[in-house]
Amino acid sequence: MHNVIFAVEGALRVLLVGLLFGAGLPAVFALGVRALAYGEGGGTEINSQAPHLLGKVLAYLAFAVVVGGVLLGLTVIVASGLGKELTFDGGVPTFVDE
Amino acid sequence: MNTVPYLGEAQATASHLGLVDAATLTLVLVIVTALAFDFTNGFHDTGNAMATSIATGALKPKVAVALSAVLNLVGAFLSVEVALTITNAVVNLQDESGAPKAELLADGGQALLLIILAGLVGGIVWNLFTWLYGLPSSSSHALLGGLVGSTMAGLGFGGVKWTGDGTKLDGVVGKILLPAVISPVIALLVAAVGTWLIFRITRSVAERYQQHGFRVGQVGSASLVSLAHGTNDAQKTMGVMTLALIAAGRWTDTEAVPFWVKVSAATAIALGTWLGGWRIIRTLGKGLIEISPAQGMAAESSSAAVILSSSHLGFALSTTHVATGSILGSGVGRRAPVRWNVAGRMVAAWAITLPSAGLVGALMWFVGNSIGGAMGAVVIFAILVALSTWMWMRSRRAPIGAHNVNDAWEGTPSSSPSSTRSRDSVH
Repeated sequence: MHNVIFAVEGALRVLLVGLLFGAGLPAVFALGVRALAYGEGGGTEINSQAPHLLGKVLAYLAFAVVVGGVLLGLTVIVASGLGKELTFDGGVPTFVDE
Repeated sequence: MNTVPYLGEAQATASHLGLVDAATLTLVLVIVTALAFDFTNGFHDTGNAMATSIATGALKPKVAVALSAVLNLVGAFLSVEVALTITNAVVNLQDESGAPKAELLADGGQALLLIILAGLVGGIVWNLFTWLYGLPSSSSHALLGGLVGSTMAGLGFGGVKWTGDGTKLDGVVGKILLPAVISPVIALLVAAVGTWLIFRITRSVAERYQQHGFRVGQVGSASLVSLAHGTNDAQKTMGVMTLALIAAGRWTDTEAVPFWVKVSAATAIALGTWLGGWRIIRTLGKGLIEISPAQGMAAESSSAAVILSSSHLGFALSTTHVATGSILGSGVGRRAPVRWNVAGRMVAAWAITLPSAGLVGALMWFVGNSIGGAMGAVVIFAILVALSTWMWMRSRRAPIGAHNVNDAWEGTPSSSPSSTRSRDSVH
């Protein structure tokens, strides 16, 4: 029975983190694609035509957020491989020994 | 690649030369079989990361498996941590430090080596069988199932850790059964939410423009899954190989893995990945849903996030279950038709993976034990070779490879909105 409780606890945490990164980052990427289409204009969007600089700026901002998320993922892989753990105490990513 | 470094101590302390030879021969067979398992682990799981990128045409099939192989190789080397206690979660073969229990080390470790060998054979046979039918089942479950079976045969019911001691998620129930039920659901939810958001956000963007962007994102997220797979799965084989070396008295350090073990395990999983388990890639990429680049990106992002966060949070799960859940979720999130009958076959395969691999593992142990000594090990190795050859011959009757992996899947849904490049990849 204890296993079920631990499993549900673990599952909820994985679900929350998964939604944040696994659904959140693709959504940000999608915002980037949409902003870039708005930025470039000329047939990239179904309705709008004219290019917009703001769109491009927003797009690259969105892609930067996604790249940051991927780098965080890479850090987790490398850190756990080295026997370290990445914690977010106080919001700052820090390495601690597992 | 499979040469065992001669350390000398075991040879010097053993009084019966014949005994040492038997143990050495068994050890060599265990090492070769462990690497063979690692190889099947590679091709069985290529699809988890690359099936969607291949199905949407984001990557050419052969480029995809090569990329995945390289990332698995890199990932395997990234794992410096010792995975010696990997089997501790489900079987009582080792103490806390990972060293084998003393009572199993009589006869030059022959008893323990036979359990490991029989377990590995169980894992490989089940992996090949599910591959033959194109079913993405969990390689980790096959390995642990095989070991659970051979341990039960060798040591009885009490040799298996069923639920752990209550202080953490542990045992067959906590490390295998519960995560197997829960993880595909989590992945499905995450991918469904991701897909729904993506389609909502980009519905004003022209189709062609979207596809280019999402193909790039898809390859990136799939690469992350491959890397994570290399760090997680190659470690398991390294742990089993090192356990065998310790059992045979050829290695003593429970804090480190011999370098040649690391190199050979990393190479085996990468070569397996490079071979590409096309039958499984086809089922995952074409069998469940007709997948678009946006869905592919949502699915792989979900897989990457769920795998990474769970290994970070100590929640053991199978890459295969997560990848399948994610792909299904990307269909559900778009309200696209899903072939639930194919999904149902997969779930059935998952449910019987542990007992099936366990049954083969147990049978192999009985065969090996009744013959006894190195001869017993040789016989079960021969059975493995025979079964593997037979299944490979069967697979040649209807070969699936890079040339036909993307062919239209028979049965509903028949419309193929985005992936029409099925024939242009013939080599």
